[in-house]
Amino acid sequence: MRPEDILVPTPSGVCCKPGGFHIDPTRPVEKALITHGHSDHARAGHGAVLATKETLDIMRLRYGDKFAGRTQAVAYGETLKLDGVKVSLHPAGHVLGSVQVRVECGGLRIVASGDYKDVADPTCTPFELVPCDVFITEATFGLPVFRHHDAGGEIAKLLHSVALFPERAHLVGAYTLGKAQRVMAMLRAAGHDKPIYIHGAVESITRYYQSCGIDLGQVELVRGANKAELAGHIIICPPSAMSDLWSRRFPDPVAAFASGWMRVRARARQRGVTLPLVISDHADWDGLTATITATGASEVWVTHGQEDALVHWCQTKGLKARPLDIVGYGDEEETDVTTSEAEA
Amino acid sequence: MNRFAELLDRLAYEPGRNAKLRLIAEYLRSTPDPERGWALAALTGALTFKHAKGGMIRALIMERTDPALFALSYDYVGDLSETVALMWPADPGRKPKSAPTLSDVVKTLSTLGKAQLPAQIARWLDGLDEIGRWALLKLVTGGLRIGVSARLAKTAAASLGGMQPDEVEILWPGLTPPYLDLFAWLEGRAEKPSSRDPAPFRPPMLAHAAEESDLAGLEAADFMAEWKWDGIRVQAVAGHDEHGELVARLYSRTGEEITRSFPDLVEALRLPCAIDGELLIMREGRIQSFNVLQQRLNRKAVTPKLLAEFPAHLRAYDLLAHGDEDLRGHPFMERRARLEKFITKLNDQRIDLSPLIRFSSWGELTAARADPASAGADAVADAVEGVMLKRRDALYTPGRPKGPWWKWKRDPMIIDAVLMYAQRGHGKRSSYYSDYTFGVWTKGKNGEELVPVGKAYFGFTDEELIQIDRFVRRNTVDRFGPVREVAHEPKLGLVLEVAFEGLQRSTRHKSGIAMRFPRINRLRWDKPPGEADRLETLEHMLQRREHATLAASGGNYG
Repeated sequence: MRPEDILVPTPSGVCCKPGGFHIDPTRPVEKALITHGHSDHARAGHGAVLATKETLDIMRLRYGDKFAGRTQAVAYGETLKLDGVKVSLHPAGHVLGSVQVRVECGGLRIVASGDYKDVADPTCTPFELVPCDVFITEATFGLPVFRHHDAGGEIAKLLHSVALFPERAHLVGAYTLGKAQRVMAMLRAAGHDKPIYIHGAVESITRYYQSCGIDLGQVELVRGANKAELAGHIIICPPSAMSDLWSRRFPDPVAAFASGWMRVRARARQRGVTLPLVISDHADWDGLTATITATGASEVWVTHGQEDALVHWCQTKGLKARPLDIVGYGDEEETDVTTSEAEA
Repeated sequence: MNRFAELLDRLAYEPGRNAKLRLIAEYLRSTPDPERGWALAALTGALTFKHAKGGMIRALIMERTDPALFALSYDYVGDLSETVALMWPADPGRKPKSAPTLSDVVKTLSTLGKAQLPAQIARWLDGLDEIGRWALLKLVTGGLRIGVSARLAKTAAASLGGMQPDEVEILWPGLTPPYLDLFAWLEGRAEKPSSRDPAPFRPPMLAHAAEESDLAGLEAADFMAEWKWDGIRVQAVAGHDEHGELVARLYSRTGEEITRSFPDLVEALRLPCAIDGELLIMREGRIQSFNVLQQRLNRKAVTPKLLAEFPAHLRAYDLLAHGDEDLRGHPFMERRARLEKFITKLNDQRIDLSPLIRFSSWGELTAARADPASAGADAVADAVEGVMLKRRDALYTPGRPKGPWWKWKRDPMIIDAVLMYAQRGHGKRSSYYSDYTFGVWTKGKNGEELVPVGKAYFGFTDEELIQIDRFVRRNTVDRFGPVREVAHEPKLGLVLEVAFEGLQRSTRHKSGIAMRFPRINRLRWDKPPGEADRLETLEHMLQRREHATLAASGGNYG
């Protein structure tokens, strides 16, 4: 059996014909396995959705109760039989509830990793290495210029700036699901004990993280605060809010942005960022290449991002590799669709 | 090196002057000698060593990485030094025990032979992280380009001891990196370093802008008037060093030494003095416009051809010192008399007197300002920006004291243009659309269309900024990153009254015309965009100027 007989890449996502399901489809389908709650991977309108309990909860928060016909919560490591195909979900370390999907059929093991990172994150279960024959990887940061290093150093840089400019507000742009909460948790781990303020668009997911037992300390809504009291504080907001009318309520704000893209200066400048923080929820170049090697896969499919460089690298290592042209992944980060959810 | 790299990194992103000052001051305060001194030298452009070339850096990375991956990375990042800094392979086996210090780097660079340079740079890169490597590559390839002037760095240093920047400026020419004596003084650990410099910079006296209403309260007889030249203000200083040799230097108005760019002028300074004057280009006895001066300023290499084509000239208007005598405590009238005698004695074509304008009433001066050529300005109209008024009894006081000196500029040129694009500003303006591209009408392929003629980002009040911002947000027709295209049709759009100081031909602009110093003069909410000015209007203004220039220069230069 060839891998393509088990999983077929289509423009709207990877389809498992023998199992009768899609993984992270970008169009409505009968049955979908969803790797995580970011809106480019988790869309509303499928017949049935199988995902971790956390991912289902997050989809419900974002799309309402009727986001799918049926849902089924699946635990990490639990094995399902879907029309003769063995399927299990394993932590991807990307955001709360994120998974890789392991599919086994006719002795062939394929892992679709979704988005993943192989470094510590206090807000989600660590990435699990799953050995396989074919590894489907993302390539958001698939260029050797992306090396993220320890995110703790970036948090220290932020706190240093807060100490140096106590009369200014520090606005930290962070994706509303995952990055925002990770930044808050890391600030707490670094000993920052002042209240952290959030934009209204970050609220529901943040409260959800807290309800899952993730300690984020005192988190307040910006809505209730006056301008003067925001001086010297850290405010977490969706990246697009930084250039919005919304940002006018802060005293002489410092524009920070927590993202792997901040490694490249032009990217930071385009956004008018003055304090770039290289904090990523995706694996960097070293993480991608080390993971590919460690899975033992002899074949690699690259889904989205900088496919060319990663495919080239695989080929130089004697691995069979090909890009998958799936339309629509990576959009959450690029356009940050969630910011229209609430002005606050 | 790591801390210095962090500072450069932060400065490169920070647009605010005060924030930059704070960042530099904090670095200088918390970094030990001599490291901070070398950093100050780097920021003030006081380091001299042979710079590494881009080709060498490229060769280093090609030896260490897959060429296909390098090509893809370079294509994505777009900057060679940055690409190399980011993708330099960190090999733990080669990593030295400690990262190089800035002091190591500077000292090694000043002694190292060219052949050893590539291997040394590679060793340093092995010991640094991304930001460290980026800073190192900026340093060794020359030109930090992080938006920090020497003046700003000195101001930050001065703040360590609660001093005024001018106090550091006065000492500066006598100081050498890593400035141990300067920091010891600023931190109150030692006496002020004595300035043994034979040709020091003296902080300049600046003028306030005058309106006609300011003149009403002043007595014409108390003032002397000169032309305000459209060149760059400089200080030309010469003095004898301890061996009795004459040292001559040229400074910009901020105290940056520009001696090396103007050898033709510096060699004319044969007597000890300190002259305050205007640097201009003089061709066959005629002062040239600022556009011509700019062509010389833009060239890096000072070649014999450049010196011949763009001969530098100093038009002197004040004498701050003569020999060992400091004249700044004398009234302007006296200094002027001393200056006239001095220039006669110096007797060099390259240095002449800025003539006085004869006037007995404000009315006469107003007429002279409106038409400099008929009032005796020997130059092309473009080289005169207006008039300077100086009280006869004014002492030379550094800074901008109000009252003794006034600059009274000529009325600007004005047109009505239509707002076409708006871009978000920085810092406090970061959420406002505050940079405006505007255009005028012309006949295009498809009938009447607007062609952009300039960009302005000041001249309006805070209240007007809010109004324009609101207009931009409500009338956006397209977006390109931080830029919005704003509706600009004959009946829908915003007319801006734009004031500017001059026009020149430009191949960079689609309209073929570039404005000098444009700013928003007024918002014309009342005017329909269809009635804004046309490109022909600007063409006529430009042709009038060119005609005047040609006539005045005898037709030798266009």
